Amino acid sequence: MRTARRAGGALVFFAVLALFPQVFQNATVTTIAVDTLIFAGAAVAWNIFSGYSGYLSLGHAVFFGAGAYTVGIAARAWHTNGDGVFVLLLLAAAVAGGLSVPLGLIALRVRRHTFVVITIAFFFIAQLVATNLSVTGGSSGILAPSPNWTAATFNDPFYYIALALLAATTAASWLIRGSRFGLQLRAIRDDEDRAAGLGVRAMPVKLTAFVISAVVTGVAGGLWFYFIGQAIPQFAFDPLFDLSVVVMAFFGGLGTISGPILGALVIEPAQQWLTLQYSNEYLSEILLGALFLVVILLLPRGVIPTAAEQITKYRARRAAVAAGPAPAGPAPPGPAQAGRAAAGPAQAPAGPAQAPAGTVPQAPPAGEQAGTAAREAGP
Amino acid sequence: MTVMLRAEGVSKAFGGVQALQDCAIEVEQGSIAGLIGPNGSGKTTLFNVMTGYERVDAGQVYLGDKKITNLPPQRVFALGMGRTFQLTRIFPRLTVMENMLVAAQHSGHGRARNPLARAGGRAVRRRAGELLELTGIAGHADALADTLSYGQRKLLELSYVLVADPAIVLLDEPAGGVNPSLIELLSDRIRELNAAGTTFLIVEHNMDFVMGLCARVTVLDYGTVVASGPPDIVRTDPRVLDAYLGTAEEDDDVAGR
Repeated sequence: MRTARRAGGALVFFAVLALFPQVFQNATVTTIAVDTLIFAGAAVAWNIFSGYSGYLSLGHAVFFGAGAYTVGIAARAWHTNGDGVFVLLLLAAAVAGGLSVPLGLIALRVRRHTFVVITIAFFFIAQLVATNLSVTGGSSGILAPSPNWTAATFNDPFYYIALALLAATTAASWLIRGSRFGLQLRAIRDDEDRAAGLGVRAMPVKLTAFVISAVVTGVAGGLWFYFIGQAIPQFAFDPLFDLSVVVMAFFGGLGTISGPILGALVIEPAQQWLTLQYSNEYLSEILLGALFLVVILLLPRGVIPTAAEQITKYRARRAAVAAGPAPAGPAPPGPAQAGRAAAGPAQAPAGPAQAPAGTVPQAPPAGEQAGTAAREAGP
Repeated sequence: MTVMLRAEGVSKAFGGVQALQDCAIEVEQGSIAGLIGPNGSGKTTLFNVMTGYERVDAGQVYLGDKKITNLPPQRVFALGMGRTFQLTRIFPRLTVMENMLVAAQHSGHGRARNPLARAGGRAVRRRAGELLELTGIAGHADALADTLSYGQRKLLELSYVLVADPAIVLLDEPAGGVNPSLIELLSDRIRELNAAGTTFLIVEHNMDFVMGLCARVTVLDYGTVVASGPPDIVRTDPRVLDAYLGTAEEDDDVAGR
């Protein structure tokens, strides 16, 4: 039932996105829209690895840039242009995926802060390599081939390919979250050693998620490159890319399915608009940093989980009022108190019968639901 | 009687501290065995090296006939040895049922399945549900594990270790910090599971708990086995009294460390 409703919601959401360019034909608007969709795909991909496994990567720009340069170099070498360039996105996927295996095998040996630092190191290595190789065009970068369609419909192919990428990545994220593989990832996030002690082969599981995430990021990078028309080291391998996808995922809800999409839909257009409006790119960067602070301090779990919990609480309260005040008192406790209430009898002195913990207490329904909501905050 | 778990000559040092020194232990198949000793005597370290969480410096560990020395934890678990931790370790941001399913992933029957299949088939969920009923926390199956009390977490950890039907379970202080009625429940459940065929090795400081449950008790002190045998004999062994009460030689602390 809930699954059906969510699938319906997702369908409507993507249908609206599919109709968007038909309604809004202003090139400035659709340009921002393409950019937003590319970033949304990258943010969902980042979340498949970092959100589910808890390993925060600040080096996904390596795969984004690798995708961009792959398309650029291949198109130049094979004299590809027009629609044919889009086929090269498959090559971008392969290169980003291939690159992620050795990088993953190195970085995933360590955890937490050390992992983050290593991914940052990868990022700087990649940027330096792109600046110094001749095949990447050094610091002047590489130009994209020219599209062969008219200016009036210029954005459309980019828009629909970016939308398809986002839809496919979201579907993958949804499949993974509910699967054994996803459960193993989330178990690793909570306690990797414990998971290993229950038979989870942590390294292959982490590496698989890392590769999936890198493949999508590579495609996003390739598409972005063709759309923008040029790749230079500091923009193809951009620390702002890393920061942006992280803030998007944190803002919407780390480890949820829809959170990174919501984050991208809010943050990317806002950034683009600010940059256009004030012709000052630093303003949006300052605001991005400020937003990160606000999210971490006030909404550490992100918008979607927090909102879902509030809605369930509100519904439970209304249901409690509708059912009439119970003798015990009408106010349903929050999840934390509910947990403690349920715990209570376990710590109470032994009753006449052996009261096993957890059989006697029935947590108030509101608390149960709130707990469930926090978990189900997925889509 | 067949030996289910056997460690021989196991030594382990952390820097200059010799945590285990030529340690040997045997657990018979189908029994409930106890491992006791003062704080810092190496009980948890012995658990860690037997379950793959630490590497031994010397010695061998066998599970049945199979040598499992220095195998990683996931292999040890797959071979049929599960354990709990002294500081209970559950997955706080998964639901209670999801906690159960993590361990079920690699329980023999599920190994060849499609990784993208939804977590937990019907049979696995039913088995998980039964175990949660057994330990009395089935009512919380859909709650986040984070919301469980300390005692309930202990029960959850015991339940999810059992979901993969291990041949032997190592329990590290199952009764530590748990109220008396829950301790009763725990020993009843351990007896039931043992009657159904699961072998247990239990580290515990609660002497009534250990002496009531275990057919055989091994005593560790300063990383070596000082006594081993039925509870009644071990209880009166002078070396054990020494280890626990420090009656004989007061300069133990200086000499031993």
